[in-house]
Amino acid sequence: MKKLVLSTAALALTAGFAMADGHGVVRLGTEGAYEPWNFVNDAGEIDGFERDLGDELCERAELTCEWVKNDWDSIIPNLVSGNYDAIIAGMSITAEREEVIDFTQGYTPPDPSAYLSLDAGVDLEGGIIAAQASTLQAAFIADQGWTLIEFATPEETVAAVRNGEADAVLADSSFIDTVVGTDGLVKLERTEAIGGGVGMGFRESDAELRGKFDAAITSMKEDGSLNELIAKWQVSSQW
Amino acid sequence: MFSYCTDPSTLDNLAWLSCYLTTGKHSAMYVSVFVVLLLLAITAPMALLFGFGAATASRSTILPLRWLGRAYTSIVRGVPDIAFFLFFVIALDQGFEWLRHKVKCPDWDEPIRRGVDFVVCDAAKLPLGNAPQWVHETYGFFLAVLTFAIVFGAFAANVMYGAMQTVPRAQLETAEAYGMTRRQTFWRVLVPQMWVYALPGLSNLWMVLIKATPLLFLLGVEDIVYWARELGGTQNPRFTDYPHGDWRMWYFLALLVFYLMFTKVSEVVLDRIMKRLTKGQATMGGEAQRKAAA
Repeated sequence: MKKLVLSTAALALTAGFAMADGHGVVRLGTEGAYEPWNFVNDAGEIDGFERDLGDELCERAELTCEWVKNDWDSIIPNLVSGNYDAIIAGMSITAEREEVIDFTQGYTPPDPSAYLSLDAGVDLEGGIIAAQASTLQAAFIADQGWTLIEFATPEETVAAVRNGEADAVLADSSFIDTVVGTDGLVKLERTEAIGGGVGMGFRESDAELRGKFDAAITSMKEDGSLNELIAKWQVSSQW
Repeated sequence: MFSYCTDPSTLDNLAWLSCYLTTGKHSAMYVSVFVVLLLLAITAPMALLFGFGAATASRSTILPLRWLGRAYTSIVRGVPDIAFFLFFVIALDQGFEWLRHKVKCPDWDEPIRRGVDFVVCDAAKLPLGNAPQWVHETYGFFLAVLTFAIVFGAFAANVMYGAMQTVPRAQLETAEAYGMTRRQTFWRVLVPQMWVYALPGLSNLWMVLIKATPLLFLLGVEDIVYWARELGGTQNPRFTDYPHGDWRMWYFLALLVFYLMFTKVSEVVLDRIMKRLTKGQATMGGEAQRKAAA
C-alpha cells in the first residue's frame, strides 16, 4: 500500500513537467443551471447571458478562457482552492461573500427579487417559501423569520411550488420570468430590493486578473455592448 | 444527429424522441454511464488491494505496522463518506501541489496560505492552469478513484481481517507441521482459504460502492444521477429546441432499472465466484457441494 501511495505521489509530481509555465488559460467557473444567466444547451455546452458576456470580456482582456461547470454549493470553495480562476454564475455581490472572495464591479444593476406562486393572493408570512440554498434570497427569508425551505438547484425550487410542497419561490426576477405562465404559475406584485448587483468573483490574492476583467466590464458598459447583451437575454434592467 | 432534426417542433412522437435522445446533452449522459462503470472497474481492484494490504498489516508481527493497519481501518471507517470526500480530496490535492511547489519553485518567497486562499506558483498547479479541460477532468477522476479506494479499502480491510481470523486454526497448524515458513503458510494456506469467508462481506461492499457514485459530483465528476436530474428537469422553450415538463420521474425510473440490472448481473457473477471458492473447502457449502457430486 505504501508503495502505491508513494508511486502515485511521484506520478503526480512528475505529471506535466513537459508542459511547464502557466497562467495562459483563465478558467471560468459557472453553475450551468440558472436560466437565462447560465445553462447547458442542447449541444451540451454552457450557454446563456454569462457565456456571451464571459467570452466577450476575455476577448477584450486578450485572455484565453475556458468554461468549467461546478455545483453551486461548492462554487466558492473550489475557486479558493484554485480549481478555476473566476466565478461568473449570476452571483450577487454581498458583504458576506466579500469576506472570502473579491468581486469585480457589477455587470448587471441591482434588481429586485420576485416571488413566484400558484396563487396571486398567497400569504407569504404564514406560508412556506422556497429558495436556492446559499443565495441572497434564502438569507432574506431566514432574516424575515418566515418558513424557508432550501433546494440545491433553482429547478427544484420551482418544482416544489408546482407540487405544493412550497407556497412560493423567491428568486431573481429574470429567472422567475422564464417559468411564469407555465402550469398556472404567476409572479407576485410584491418584490424585494435585495442584493448589490451581480459581479464576477476572484480569489483575494488574484487582484491582477480581477483588474483586467474589471477594465473589460467598464469598456463594455461605455460602448453600450453590455446593455445589448442584457436586452438579448433579458436578465435585468439596463445600465 | 439525424438530418431531419433541424426543426424538432414539427416532428411527430417517435422521430422527435429519436432526435431528443441524441442531443449533445444526452450524449454527455451516456458518456457518464461509462465514466461510472470505468470508475467501478478501477476502484474495486484498488480497494481490494488497499484492504488486503491493511488486513495483512493488521496481523503483522511488527508492532508499528500493526498499528498502521489498525489505525487506517478504524479512522477511515469512522469518518462519514461525505466529510471524507469534501475534506480529504481537497487536502490531497493541496498536498500534491505543496510537494510540487517545494520541488519546482524553491525561490518563492510569498506565503502559500493567504487567509482562505491556497496559492502555489503556476508551475506547481495540478493540473497546470493552461492544461485542456479533459486533463482537469481526468485528474478529478483519478482523485475520485483514489478517494473511493481509500474509503472502501478500509471496509474491505476489516472484512478480510475477519476472514483471515476465521480460517480454521487446524489448517495453519498442519501447514506448520509440514515445515512451511510463516510466509509460505500465509500465501499457500491462509490466503486461498480466506476468500470464501470474505466474499459475502466483500459483495456487500461492492453493492454499496455501485450506489455510492453520486458522491462523485462532489468532486466535479458528473455522474448519471446528476444528468438524470439535469435532463429530466423542466425544459423551457426559450432555451431549448426540445421543451418538456418535469420528466425527472422517467429519468429516475430509467436509473432504477439500470441499477437493478447492474445489481442483478453482480449477483449472478458473485454467486458463480462463491461456488468456485467453496469447492473443496471445509465449510457447510463445501460439504454440500461434495455430497451433491458424490
